[in-house]
Amino acid sequence: MDFSKLKERLTALALIEEVPAAPPAAPAKGEEEQPAAEPAAPVSRPAANDINYPARGFHFEVKVAADSVVAAATILDEEGFFLEAVTGVDWIKEKELEVVYDFTIWQPTCRVVVRTRLNREAPEVPTISEVCPGANWHERETHDFFGIKFSGHPDLTPLLLPEDADFHPLLKDFQV
Amino acid sequence: MSHPLPLNNQDNQESFVLNLGPQHPATHGVLRVKLTMDGEYIMHAEPVLGYIHRMHEKMGENRTWAQFMPNTGRMDYLSALSFNHGYAALVERAMGIEVPERAEYLRVITVELNRISSHLVWFGAFILDLGGFSPLLYAFDDREHILDLLESVTGSRLTYCYFRFGGLYNDIDENFVDGTREFIKTMRERLPMYHNLVTKNIILIKRLKDIGPIPKETIRKYGATGPVARGSGVDYDIRRNEPYSIYPEFDFDIPVYTECDSMARYMVRMDEIEQSMRIIEQALDKLPEGPVMAPKVPKILKPPKGDYYQAVESARGSLGMRAVSDGTNKAYRLKLRSPTFSNLSLFSEVSEGMLLPDALALMGSLDLVIPEIDR
Repeated sequence: MDFSKLKERLTALALIEEVPAAPPAAPAKGEEEQPAAEPAAPVSRPAANDINYPARGFHFEVKVAADSVVAAATILDEEGFFLEAVTGVDWIKEKELEVVYDFTIWQPTCRVVVRTRLNREAPEVPTISEVCPGANWHERETHDFFGIKFSGHPDLTPLLLPEDADFHPLLKDFQV
Repeated sequence: MSHPLPLNNQDNQESFVLNLGPQHPATHGVLRVKLTMDGEYIMHAEPVLGYIHRMHEKMGENRTWAQFMPNTGRMDYLSALSFNHGYAALVERAMGIEVPERAEYLRVITVELNRISSHLVWFGAFILDLGGFSPLLYAFDDREHILDLLESVTGSRLTYCYFRFGGLYNDIDENFVDGTREFIKTMRERLPMYHNLVTKNIILIKRLKDIGPIPKETIRKYGATGPVARGSGVDYDIRRNEPYSIYPEFDFDIPVYTECDSMARYMVRMDEIEQSMRIIEQALDKLPEGPVMAPKVPKILKPPKGDYYQAVESARGSLGMRAVSDGTNKAYRLKLRSPTFSNLSLFSEVSEGMLLPDALALMGSLDLVIPEIDR
């Protein structure tokens, strides 16, 4: 089975990011190369990439806006994927919290990572537990650890932390 | 048997709340399940987790890559070597370390031995849940052989820290090979006895057949893996679907049952014992000579910036580890995806309308290890 249709659909959801233009030795395909010697301007393109599986352990990643995660999860669900985990990463220097969704499929092997970045001061992202009921606990856990609010989630009470916990231990400014 | 009458969660005046656990033998550790009952029938079950949560993921950020290795032996205490394997393979992937062939063979042998011992504990404890005491004694007797074998090479009996980045802590001795072959011989004699005494036992069949059916779609929606998924007709095993280490070199079957009930999950694990023994036999036959440690592994590991994922098949399902490295000697973020966490999350949906004793059979068939869920 070929995942090109899935990748196409996810790419349509992806954020547009600016990446440095390809080094001059390898002219970028389809781009009009200017003969001028001045450094090439950054190229805007969708933030969806094939990943070198042996080196990284997953096949495809896509960066989406927070309000597109439900659409991304729906696409993956329709294609027969299932949710492996939801987690966060605290990028404190950039004042952002990243939410990482790991999807995979029974056969053939294809691991897809959906990422979204949230404002660290008011992290909020729609829940995908309507699409994948398994996300319920994973999102609760992520809420425990990072304080990310999953709007529309049926029950965000602490899952692994004590029931009265008001701290989020995986934030980088949490003192052990 | 499911509830004969339609359940009405709101208006039923007869319902009451029952606490199962956190200290209950059938929950295999400190798991609490808040049950709303209508007589003997479950209207709603809500697992309450976190009683042995230790925040291993934060510890992963606070110690160096190598210092975290002992932690991996302390989550799934029944198949600790799978966690060792997942973490070692993750860091090796990030660092691009090649593992010597002999080390890969020994990894597979010890992990599969560990898988058998895990299934044996599950077998004994599961039958104990259902009210049969003596199979536990037989299972622990067999498991003891494995623990002795693993102790001789790893130095510990339960919380192994045997793998190193690029190889193993220790090579095996001659006794290990002979002892393992001896164990397989004994186990092959014991398995038919287990099947005669337990699997064909009419009481067990009545307790498990058609009890706790988990449809294939529910498995997918909740991301359940391992024997739980394979008992519902899902032919998915990381060892074959996403091969790692040297599993492609071995000839083994993935037991899959399509009945979806507790009996199917029971049969998957019983068959996996035989398949693990086949892998071990082939690995012992082909075991190459050579070093068990890669020659040039840096003392201080600094994986390049980026994130890395590694999945392995533990005794309970797909164990995933995600590391985010910022190029320093400590992980920036280490996510542990434990299989039973996802497997247990479907319990609430599946147990609705079930008789309490049947739900305990279902829970036992999920093979819970609480420290692995709570991390």
